Amino acid sequence: MIERNLGLTIFCHAVLLVGAAVVCLPLYFAFVAGSLTLQEVQQAPFPWLPGSHFLENIAEAWNQGNFSRLYINSLIVTIGIVVGKLTISLIAAFAITYFRFPFRMTAFWLIFVSLMLPVEVRIIPTYEAVADAAGPLRWFFGAIGVSGFVESLTGYRLEAALQWNMVNTYGGLILPLIASASATFLFRQFFLTVPEELCEAARLDGAGPVKFFLDILLPLSRANIAALSIILFIYGWNQYLWPLLFTTDANMQTAVLGLKGLVPVNDAAPAWNIAMSAALFVMLPPAVIILLMQRWFTKGLVDSGK
Amino acid sequence: MPDSNAAAGIGRASSRAPLTLGLAMGRLLPKTSDSGLKTAHFRKPGIAAALLAPQLLILLFFFFIPSYKALSLAFVQVDPFGAKQIFVGFANFAQLLGSADYRQSVVFTLWFTIVQAVVTIVLALLFAFATDFIIRGRGIYKSVILMPYAIAPVISGVLWAFLFNPAVGPVAQFIHSLGIPWDPNRRPFDAQLLVVVASVWKHICYDYIFLVAALLAVPQSLIEAAKLDGARPVRRFFTISLPLITPTIFFLMVMNVVYGLFETFGIIDAVTRGGPAGATNSLVYKVYQDGFVQLNLGSSAAQSVILMIVAILFTILQFRALERRVNYQV
Repeated sequence: MIERNLGLTIFCHAVLLVGAAVVCLPLYFAFVAGSLTLQEVQQAPFPWLPGSHFLENIAEAWNQGNFSRLYINSLIVTIGIVVGKLTISLIAAFAITYFRFPFRMTAFWLIFVSLMLPVEVRIIPTYEAVADAAGPLRWFFGAIGVSGFVESLTGYRLEAALQWNMVNTYGGLILPLIASASATFLFRQFFLTVPEELCEAARLDGAGPVKFFLDILLPLSRANIAALSIILFIYGWNQYLWPLLFTTDANMQTAVLGLKGLVPVNDAAPAWNIAMSAALFVMLPPAVIILLMQRWFTKGLVDSGK
Repeated sequence: MPDSNAAAGIGRASSRAPLTLGLAMGRLLPKTSDSGLKTAHFRKPGIAAALLAPQLLILLFFFFIPSYKALSLAFVQVDPFGAKQIFVGFANFAQLLGSADYRQSVVFTLWFTIVQAVVTIVLALLFAFATDFIIRGRGIYKSVILMPYAIAPVISGVLWAFLFNPAVGPVAQFIHSLGIPWDPNRRPFDAQLLVVVASVWKHICYDYIFLVAALLAVPQSLIEAAKLDGARPVRRFFTISLPLITPTIFFLMVMNVVYGLFETFGIIDAVTRGGPAGATNSLVYKVYQDGFVQLNLGSSAAQSVILMIVAILFTILQFRALERRVNYQV
C-alpha cells in the first residue's frame, strides 16, 4: 500500500537538510578559514566564500607542524593498534571457545573484567606502568630474592638491567591501547555462532587446531575482521589523551597532537587559517575510510556496540 | 512494499546484526564451566596457553597492574618529590568529597552528561525518523550525517572553538550582531554550552546509525496493519516503532552517558581547558589536571577509583542493555 503524505515528506527533507547543514557548517568554515590569509581571517564580518590561499596554507601548516614526521607516526601507531589488537583478540578468542584446558573460565573472566574500565579512568597508573614497564618484573624478582642471588653469582645487578622506559616509543603508544578485551569478546561471540560441523569435519579430516584456525575460522571471520579494522583504525587515528601523556619528544607526536599544537591560544597571533588547514588534512584519513567503506563501518559499529 | 534503499549500508547491517546478536546474547555470559565452549573442541592446553598468553600479558601489564596501583595510590599520600608514600586510609577521599572544586566538577559532569545524552538521542531520533520516512536521497543524508564519527573529539572541539571564538569566529560574530553577549573564555555558561554543542555534534551520528538500523528492523507487517487501520505516519511512529525500539534507545542512553563521562576529554581540552574558573572541569578532565598538571597523585588516584566504580556500574548496565537490545525481534 503506497501512501502519499507530501507535507510530512517535505518536513522530513527539511529536517535532514538542516541536520546535514549543521554537520557541514564547521567543516565548511574550516575550509574557508584555511583558504584565507592571516589578515583576512581576522576581519570583522567573516567571509562566506573561500579565499585563494588554500594550498599555501596547507603547505605552511604541513611544514610548521612537522607533519611529514607526525603523519608517519600516526600511521605506524594506528596500524600497530589495528593489527596488534586483531591478532591478539583473534587467537585469544579462538583459545577460549575452541579449547578445553584448566582455568579456562578464569582466563575468560580475567579478559571479561578488562571491559569494565576505560583507559580514561586509569590514566596515571597506566602512565607509570608504561614509563616503567619493567617495574613489576623488578618487584617480582626482588620479592623472590632472585636479584640478590644473581648479583652474588655474577656481580651483575638485575635491577639496572631491568629498566625499560616506554615513554616516547611506538610500543608505549600502541600497547596500552590494545589492552582491552572488547575485540576478543566480539570474536568470541562470533565464533560461538560458527556451526559445530565445521570443526568436527575438520578434525575427521585430520586437521589440527592451527590448520583449522587458518583455513576455516579465519576466512569465515573476514567480514568481522574488515568491519572491526575500520572501527579500530578510526579509534587509533583519533587518540588524543594517550599520545598527549606518552610523548614528550615532538618527533614522536601523532598528527592529532600536532594539530592541537597549531591551535592559537589566547595571547598568540590568531593563526586560525593555518590551524584549520591542518585540521582538514588531519581528519582526512578516517573520513576517507568512512566514506569508502560505509557498509562495513556500519556493520562493525552495530555489531560491536562500540 | 520492498524497501528500495535498504541495500545502502544500514539496511544490510540491520538485517544481519540482530541475528548474530540474537544468537550470541543467549550465551553472553557463561554460567557453568563448560558454557561458551564449542562441543567440537580441542584438548591441547599447551597451544591454548600459547594463544592466550599475548592477551593476558598485555592485560597484566597495562590493565591489572595499573588498576591495582590506582587502588593502592588512592590510600596513600605521596610527597611532591615522589620520595615517600604514607598510608592515609580514606583521607584522600574525605578531602576530595569535602572540596568545593570536586563538587563543582561533579555537578558540571552530571549536568553536562545528562543534557548531552538527551539532546543527542532526541535529535538522532528525529533524523532517524525522517530518514526512515523519506525514500529519495537517503544514502546521501546518511553519508553526511555519519561524517562526524570520523572526526576526533579533539578536532571537533577545535572546529567549534573556532566557530564560536569571540574574536574571529563566524558564528560568534553572528551572535554578537544580534546584540547577545558571547564569550566562552569568560562566561561560564557560554563555555558549558559550547562543550555541549561540540559533544552532541560529534555523537549524534552514533545514535543515528543504531536508530536507523533499529527502525528498519521493525516488522513491516505491523506497519502495514496499522496503515490499513488508518494510522498516519507520526502516530505509527509513536505507537508502534518507538515502543519496539525502546531497547535500542535504552542501550544508546547508556552509551551516551558513558561517552559524556569518559570520552569528552579531547573536546574539553580543545574548547575550554576546563575553564573559565573550573566551569567545565569534568571528572575525567580533573583527574588529568590534578594528576599531571598539579601532580597531586593521591587525590587524582582517589578520583580514578571513584570513576572506576562509576565505570563498572555503567558497564554492567551496558551489558544488560545489550542483552535487551534484541527484544524487538518479533
